[in-house]
Order: sequence, then C-alpha cells, then structure tokens
Amino acid sequence: MVPDSVDGRVASASERIGTTASIDGVAAGTVVAPTSTDEVAAVLREAAAEQQTVVVQGAGTKLTWGLPPRSADVLLDLSGLDQVVEHAAGDLIATAQAGTPLTVLQAHVGGAGQRLLLDETVPGTTVGGALATNASGPRRLVAGTVRDLLIGVTFVRADGVVARAGGKVVKNVAGYDVGKLLVGSFGTLAVVTEATFRLHPVPPATRWLTAHVASPADAQRLVQSILGAQVVPAAIGVAFSPAGASLSLLLEGRADGVDARVEAARELLPGSAVSDTGPDGWGTYPWDLSATGDDRAVALKLTFRLSGLADVLAATDGFRVTGSAGAGVLYAAVPGEDPAWVAATVARLRAVCAGHGGSVVVVDAPAAVKQAVDVWGPVPGLDLMRRVKDEFDPDHRLAPGRFVGGI
Amino acid sequence: MTPLEQLTASARDLLPPEAVITDAARLRTYECDGLAHYRVTPGLVVIPRDKHQLAAIVRCCAELGVPYVARGAGTGLSGGALPHAEGVLVVTSKMRTIREVRPEDQRAVVEPGVINLDVTRAATPYGYYYAPDPSSQLVCSIGGNVAENSGGAHCLKYGFTTNHVTGVEMVTPDGDLVRLGGDAPDTPGYDLLGAVVGSEGTLGVVTEVTVRLTRLPEHVVTVLAGFDSTDRAGGAVSAIIAAGIVPAAIEMMDALAIEAAEAAVQCHYPPGAGAVLVIELDGSRAEVEAEYDDVVRLCRGNDAFEVRTATDAAERALIWKGRKSAFAAVGRISPDYIVQDGVIPRTALPEVLRRIAELAESSGESGVRVANVFHAGDGNLHPLVLFDDTVHGAGEAAEEVSRAILDLCIEHGGSITGEHGVGADKAAHMPKMFGPDDLDTMQLVRCAFDPAHVSNPGKVFPTPRLCGEAPGRRKGAHPLQEAGLAEVF
Ligand SMILES: Cc1cc2nc3c(=O)[nH]c(=O)nc-3n(C[C@H](O)[C@H](O)[C@H](O)COP(=O)(O)OP(=O)(O)OC[C@H]3O[C@@H](n4cnc5c(N)ncnc54)[C@H](O)[C@@H]3O)c2cc1C
Repeated sequence: MVPDSVDGRVASASERIGTTASIDGVAAGTVVAPTSTDEVAAVLREAAAEQQTVVVQGAGTKLTWGLPPRSADVLLDLSGLDQVVEHAAGDLIATAQAGTPLTVLQAHVGGAGQRLLLDETVPGTTVGGALATNASGPRRLVAGTVRDLLIGVTFVRADGVVARAGGKVVKNVAGYDVGKLLVGSFGTLAVVTEATFRLHPVPPATRWLTAHVASPADAQRLVQSILGAQVVPAAIGVAFSPAGASLSLLLEGRADGVDARVEAARELLPGSAVSDTGPDGWGTYPWDLSATGDDRAVALKLTFRLSGLADVLAATDGFRVTGSAGAGVLYAAVPGEDPAWVAATVARLRAVCAGHGGSVVVVDAPAAVKQAVDVWGPVPGLDLMRRVKDEFDPDHRLAPGRFVGGI
Repeated sequence: MTPLEQLTASARDLLPPEAVITDAARLRTYECDGLAHYRVTPGLVVIPRDKHQLAAIVRCCAELGVPYVARGAGTGLSGGALPHAEGVLVVTSKMRTIREVRPEDQRAVVEPGVINLDVTRAATPYGYYYAPDPSSQLVCSIGGNVAENSGGAHCLKYGFTTNHVTGVEMVTPDGDLVRLGGDAPDTPGYDLLGAVVGSEGTLGVVTEVTVRLTRLPEHVVTVLAGFDSTDRAGGAVSAIIAAGIVPAAIEMMDALAIEAAEAAVQCHYPPGAGAVLVIELDGSRAEVEAEYDDVVRLCRGNDAFEVRTATDAAERALIWKGRKSAFAAVGRISPDYIVQDGVIPRTALPEVLRRIAELAESSGESGVRVANVFHAGDGNLHPLVLFDDTVHGAGEAAEEVSRAILDLCIEHGGSITGEHGVGADKAAHMPKMFGPDDLDTMQLVRCAFDPAHVSNPGKVFPTPRLCGEAPGRRKGAHPLQEAGLAEVF
C-alpha cells in the first residue's frame, strides 16, 4: 500500500529498496524512503488513514533493540534524510536531518574545530537512531547523553501532523521539552525528522590512561579516588572480562593543562599506560555488533549508583563487561543459548542493580530469549507513560509492542 | 457549599490548623510572586508538612475539580505561582528537609521547599556543590527551580536544572505519588522527568528531588574586563568561544547597567566603560591557568582598556557583586522597571543590541531607557526596561518596548524565555514562537498528566486544549495483550 500521493518519489524509492525487509523476525510490509519532512508527513497521513503500523529505521544498526514490533505494515527508511541543514559555528549549534550518519555530522562540524559530544557506540549510527535509543558511551560523564545535547526537534506525529519543540538556542524554557520525551522512545511516539544540537569545541589535547585493576572492589576504589581528586576526567571507562580487567581515564583540554593532569592521574592509577588513542573497545559495547539472529549475545544495560560499582561488577563476573564507571552505566554480553538461564541471570542482576537504585534492560537478544525474559523490567511511572502514548499515538501504530509495558 | 468550601473543610481535617490559611489579610500576602503587577488573592492557602499531606490535598482537588497552584519561595518572574481566585495555593515552605547528601554517589535528595543555596551548603563539606545557580539562589526553592528549569551564570559550562536533576517524586493531578527517574541514570521508559522539569507546575507538584552534585573546582579565576562599547565586548566573547574555551560564565553589562550597579553597591568597575565582561574560569589549576592566559590575550586583542583578575573568594565576590545586584540596582536610577528575559543566537548580539537601543529611542517623550545585563556566553538577554510611571504614557511605552524585544528575539531565531519561564506573563507570546501544531503537541503531554486542567491552569499555554478521545477512534491493543498477559489469535 504505497502512498503514491507523495509526488512519485516515495514510490520509486520503495521500489529501489524492495519489500523483503524484516525487523527482528517481523516481516515488514512496504518499505518507503522519503527524503523530506513533508514526505514523511504524507506517508504517516496515509498510514493513519489505512490504520497501518509504522516502524522507523535510520541506518538500521539498532533496529533489533527492544522487543520486536507486533507488526510493521510500513517500514519508514529515513536514510534519505541525510543532510546537515545548518552549522552555526559561532553559536556552537548544528541542525541535521534524522537520517544523517553521525560521522557525516561530526565531519561537517569538525571542520570548525567542533563536535557533537557523543560516542558513536555502534558504527554507522544516524542522528535519529542515536536519539531514538539514547545510546551513549563513557563520554557522557561531562555533557550527558544526547538527551542533554538536543536543543530542538522537528517531528511528525502518528496522525501525520508536523510539529517542533525547542529551538535553535541553547538556553530556552518556552513550553514543554517534548524533545526529551522523544529521546529514547524507540520510535513509539513520533518520527523525528530533524534535530538541532549544542556542540562543544574539540579540545586541543586528549590522553587516555589505562591501568589493570585487580578486582571489582579495586575498580570502585579507584573510580572514587579519581572522582574525588581534581583531574576532571572527561570519561572513565571500565572493561572486565575473563581475560582481565582495566580502567581507563580520559583527560581532555589544553595541552599544558592535560599534561599536568596526566601527572596527577598517574599517581591515582599506578602503573597506568598513557596513550593518545583509546584502548581497544573504547566507547563501544562488549557484544559482537555484527552478530544477527540467534547468533546475537544477550546484550544487557545495567545502571546503578556510583557506590554500587563493585557489587555490579562482582555480579557480572565471568561476562564481558564495558561501560561508563563514572556515570553508573555498564553493558554486559551474556551467552544466549539457554533462555531459562538468561531469565534467572537477568533476575539476579536486577536484584543487585535495584539494590543500588538502578535497573537492568535487555538491550538485544535472540528471539527465544526475548520471549523468555522481561526485556524492559519494572518501569516506575508506567501508567503515565501509557497515557502519554495514548495521547501521541492513540491507535498504537508506531512501533507497537517494542517499548516498555508493551507500548 | 461551593467546591472550594468543601475543600477547605477537608483541608482542616487533613492538615493541622496552622497549615490552612483562610484569613483574608493573610491570603493577600500570597497574591503575587516576583512579578508583582499580576495579583490574584488565592481562595485558600495550604502549607503541608510532608508529601502525604500534600498528596491528600491534591486528591481532594482532583475529586472536587478545584484548581491548585504550587508555590515555592515565590521569587518567580513570570507569574507562574500566580494564585487562582477559586483555587488552592499549595506552599512548600514547610517542606525543607535535606534528606540525604551522598558524595560517593554524587547525589543529594531534598524536599521541594529546600533553598537552592542550602543544597550547596550541605554538600560543600564533602567537596561538592549543586551547580545550577540562579541569582536568586539565596531564596528560591529547588521545587521552583525544577518547575522553571532555572539557569544561572554558570549554566554556560555546567548546564541547567534539567541536566542536574536525576529524579523526582511528584503528586500527579490525580493525587497519586509517583517516582520519575532516580539515583541511577537512564531509567527505562519515556523520559517523563525531562518533560516535568520546566513544566511550571502544570503537570503536578514535585515532592522530592534527587540532584546531581558536582565536584568543587580546584581553582577559580574571575576576570573583569572593561571595553568602550558592547560591540567590542561582544567581539571578545566571540573570540573566546572561537578559541574553543568554554568558561564557567561570561556575563556582560552595558553602561547604563554599570551606572546602576555603581550607584547601588559601589562595585568600582572600570570608570568610563561602555561595557564590562565578567568571565569566570574554573577547573583544575593547570587547565584554568592555561585558559586564563588566552582569555586575557583575547580581551586585550579586542581592545579591553582594563583587565582585572580575582583569584581569591573575597576579590571574586567584589567583581560578582556588581553583576548579581544588577536587577535590584536599577531601582537606584529609575523609579520603575521591567525585567525582560529573552534569548538570541549569541552571534546576533551586536545587531540585537543596536535594535534594542533604537526601540528605546523611538519611545520618545516617555523617557524609556534600556539597561542590558546578560549571560553573553549563551545569548540570554536580560534587558531592564526603565521608566517612570508618573510620566504619562511611560508605563505603556515601556511595556511596548519590552514586548518588541521579545519580537526581536523571535525574529533572530531565539526564544521568548531563557530561564524565567512563560507563566502567566508570556503565555500570549507562545503563538509567536510556536505554531498551532507545536502548541497542540505540547498539550498532548498536558492531557496525559492533567486532562481536567486542575494543576496550575491558565499558565504557559494561551488556550487550553480539550483533552479526550476523538469519537469513533479505534484503540490499540488491549492492555493485557500489551503486557504480554494475553494474546489475540
Ligand atoms: C532577584 C531575582 C533574580 C533571579 N535570578 C534568576 C536567575 O539567575 N536564573 C533563573 O533561572 N531564575 C532567576 N530568578 C527567577 C526565580 O528565582 C526562579 O524562577 C526560581 O526557580 C523560582 O523559585 P521559587 O521557589 O521562588 O518558585 P515560585 O516562584 O514559588 O514558583 C515558580 C513556579 O514553580 C512552580 N512550583 C513551585 N514549587 C513547585 C513544586 N514543588 N512542584 C511543582 N511546581 C512548583 C510554581 O507553580 C510556579 O509555576 C530570579 C528571581 C529574582 C527575584
């Protein structure tokens, strides 16, 4: 049911892509690839009229995250919305269309010595994909996640209405911050077509210090000593696996300043190696990003209070674990062959993280595991979330079933 | 009995006698917030001691359909806490307990009535502070900060309230206590916390706030630079930003604002300056020292005729005294004034300042003047529109200038408010900044939280949206099916 009302271009784009796509085992109906906000609006109006379900994808690098949608009559491919719309270097802001690869945006603003202060945790990620999943790496320590960097957003609602929130200035408290609601909503509230971000200058000097750590308790002690010192880390990464454990400290700033802080940090992290490049696996996940289907590991995201680091690391002993030790976020790769064992493991880890004020989310997993475990876990405020969903998408047509509580 | 009378009776059952205020004279002391020309005497004032009392009152309001307005310290500058004549004003001034300070987790948990600066005071012994620092931090409440998404001079580097609040507990307009967010980051589900921060009390009343604590910097240097003109000072700001430096703060004052500050607090800014910049650098000592050299060079390169540096707390306080007193200080040079709050892209500063000067000039006979104080790093303007209300037509002319400044902000792609909020004051400006569909979408959020419009009604949005389903709409899956408890075959 191709919405041919869209000046012919949508139809031809969908032909180009074909209609054999599937989303985590769910066959997609029509694939459409609009190239503008107006075209996206036309597609969504048509889908509303036909009561079709719609799933959005950027580069498709995280399309299997969360639960599979209950259905996907239309797969909306936004990779054709790939333009950097504006870069106002003097104002440290940039606007890009949702399908723009993060690398393209970074290269564009990098020319002016600026960057979007966000780790590209999965290579190929688009702006829209980063927003929809709120994916982040250890650099979140200073500027937060994309939630904190987004200052304005244009989106299309389930009923095809185009709206925007926020603006093009960093400081703005006019009206509700609808952008924050859309961040991390996994395409279940609206389709983001354009986003404006605040940028940060690229610092002249960058150094990593990496040291082996003896135990979870050792890692926590070191992290606390770094946070309590005056070395002003840009990120603190941690990596535990059966092969060994390490802590990495990222320092950024002016050359003189960084040199002095490297000296101070070496005393905090005895025996650390100093490097201009990050350690292997820096800023990405501990699971195999190229694995698909049943070959996928169970990918977990664990959050906790900073004082819970040692307990959470101890509880994940034996798995490959990386994360942002300074922010209270870890990721673990857990074998997925035995769904019942995974369910028990997730329940055990949930108890540990909950004891430290956090949660465990199954980011991705083989189909059998997603069926056997509570993927999102307990969600406080779920009733209000359902009400928000009902207002934005009363027919539950946007990525139905993908999100918390079956939203 | 009217609903309000019924509510008053219930309130007396739920709260101790001193927490229920019905006396007309005492009610009037709550008739306005910091924007004193909007005044409404509340129908009833309640001062709950804890979240359970507060929730019980809101539940009654929900049942009786009585509107309520939350009030923290009442320092808001947009009429956000303006009471409702037939409603209840819920005051948090007796909810001032700092529950936890946990430096090891970089968190503090506080009640909503806690004063902003008291959080920092409680954290300082551990080497931490609460970063968002509105100029009113000595008196304003954390609950008010959350509602307004308040900023401060140091937001340029550290971000706003929304970046420093990791969780709240709140009473929904149904009277339910819910937790959004928490100690740990990235709570699963929609970021309702992100929507509640800055919602100006229209989505519910916050009863507990978990904030992020920030490590106190090792070293702080404050620079005061005097320039001939705002253009030159603006040039220095651009040069600093272009050099990749993000100072903790960059504040600008123009000649008239300096004159006022000088009269009020004798801050001894460089004599004859057409503009001053207050630039603060903080962080590790080595880093600050490296940046400091560049900042001074860039100021001189943009013709600063005097550059002073303060490195100890007393000297720094002296420099900040002029800036922090600026709002109140204009009272020394003008009998009446309006504090405006708008935002422009920082690079539009020279152009917008010229246009503001023209606006003041064109007001002619009425003698309206504009003193400019602003957070120059992020383009947040606080023009102070000065007038004499005894001069015929001056009040109207001043309001006209103030309105026109907001139009300028919108014309330059900016915002009608950077930190003071929309409240009652700027609701009418919202349609100039946002289209009908934008406003309609924001109100979907309102409908999800407060379909009956009982929580701070009449604020933020010029016209309320009717909530509720369009007739004949097909609903989605059954909740049991969604929760995975039932399947449809
Ligand atoms: C001299 C002066 C300087 C100022 N400087 C700054 C500045 O630098 N930066 C800045 O951002 N602001 C500034 N302000 C504005 C004001 O101080 C802030 O908006 C502050 O956050 C208001 O806090 P309050 O406790 O006084 O809130 P109130 O004025 O009592 O209320 C403000 C809003 O918050 C709502 N509210 C209050 N408590 C709650 C709650 N518990 N739950 C839900 N909603 C609630 C109210 O309904 C209202 O809409 C300044 C004000 C003055 C008078």
